[in-house]
Amino acid sequence: MKNKMRVLWLSAIACNGNTHSFLNYPYMEQFLDDFEFIYHPVIDSHYTLEDIVSKEIPCDILLIEGAISKEFQRADVSVVDIIEKYSKIVQKIVTVGTCATFGGIFRESGYEETSGMHFDQDKPSQKFQDLIDKTISVSGCPVHPEVLVNTLYAIKKNAALKLDNFLRPKEFYAYTIHNGCTRNEYFEYKVDNHKFGKLEGCMFYDHGCQAPFTHGSCNKILWNEVNSKTRAGLSCMGCTEPTFPRKNLFSTKKNMAIPENLPVGVGKRVYLTLAGISKAFKIDRLEKKLIDD
Amino acid sequence: MLDKKQLKKEQIMQSALELFASKGFYSTTIPDIALSLKMSVGNMYNYFKSKDVLAREIIKYISVYLGKKLREINEEDISTKEKTRKIIEVYFKTASLKPEMIDYFLRIYLSNREVFKDGCEGMLCVNEFVTEIMIYFEEGVKCKDLREQDFFSAFGLFMGYLGGMVFLKGENVLPKDLNDYVDDIAFNIYKALSTE
Repeated sequence: MKNKMRVLWLSAIACNGNTHSFLNYPYMEQFLDDFEFIYHPVIDSHYTLEDIVSKEIPCDILLIEGAISKEFQRADVSVVDIIEKYSKIVQKIVTVGTCATFGGIFRESGYEETSGMHFDQDKPSQKFQDLIDKTISVSGCPVHPEVLVNTLYAIKKNAALKLDNFLRPKEFYAYTIHNGCTRNEYFEYKVDNHKFGKLEGCMFYDHGCQAPFTHGSCNKILWNEVNSKTRAGLSCMGCTEPTFPRKNLFSTKKNMAIPENLPVGVGKRVYLTLAGISKAFKIDRLEKKLIDD
Repeated sequence: MLDKKQLKKEQIMQSALELFASKGFYSTTIPDIALSLKMSVGNMYNYFKSKDVLAREIIKYISVYLGKKLREINEEDISTKEKTRKIIEVYFKTASLKPEMIDYFLRIYLSNREVFKDGCEGMLCVNEFVTEIMIYFEEGVKCKDLREQDFFSAFGLFMGYLGGMVFLKGENVLPKDLNDYVDDIAFNIYKALSTE
């Protein structure tokens, strides 16, 4: 029998969005041929949650979905205790999604001291310090199934993954969502003029798009293998970042015409110089519909 | 250190500015500018290929000059109110010490757009100056000293006011020195833009 990697999927304070996203992975049969869930909240598994908390089931990878608080229990045991128990025996821990990584929306859940495993938004957390070297974070609300699966395969193959400051694999998070966006021409010439759901216009200038300062691969590894938010005509909501969720997701916060958040690594003077040049020219093609009715 | 060619270019621009201010833009010719610098006309063309090119370079030169001054103010750790006053002071000081610069901006650049239509579209040739004004506004709004509003309504209020005063000064209409108006103008502009 094939030697499968044993995986525990532990749901902490979560909406199970990452679980649902994972179920859309198109090559699930292949995946389940290489990995086995000792427990998963919705996929049939060999053990029950009671087994997981009462015994120590052999396991190679611990996946944590959802924000973490000592107060929050699964099968009457604190998730912190479950994490501590399994973290001792696994090779790697993966925080799946933004809540498990940074706290996300469930920082507001009302449970005491709720945060991500190693970060409370962008601040390093004092908890689980001894586990940092074992952890990989794949943030996102939800995380893209391929990002999760490819990270698990990298672990299986012992491939050395380079991580960023938030423990995210650079392979998927060194880029911004802007990279690969089909609206780049509109971005370059500062044309927003967007209507939600339409093909035309860049949503960065007025419609709250966070793609130029959000790390991830949404426009490189498409969702359901076909699309992304920005391609479909919806602004990037910055769901992979510690700041997620921000308020007013559909309008760009500006201070006297200058967006408060600029593209990653671009200084204000550089941005304004380029904006001044681009705005001096009107590109007729970008003012019209791309495909006429 | 500026290289020799750049230094010479700046000398030419400075002489041209003075001639434009005294004789007028259209009445001043390249030979006039060459003569004022004791240069041959042929040599002048080694630096600027035409009067229009010279005109565009001059506006960029002024923008860089003023932009640098404003950047120093923007980078100071002072309140928006103090920055407002300092920007007005710098603008008026430039208008007093180098009247030809502001004169060029108001009477030539803004009034002869046909000269600047190719290569100076939009705010391309005054980018350094406008960038610093934008940063002054942006930082003022960010720290909640200034009210959020459309950039151009604020820009027009600020620069239109200053330009108007310098224009009146140039027409010898103002009874007092420009510097005597700094207090009142700083008060008016800040009051108009602030959240107070």
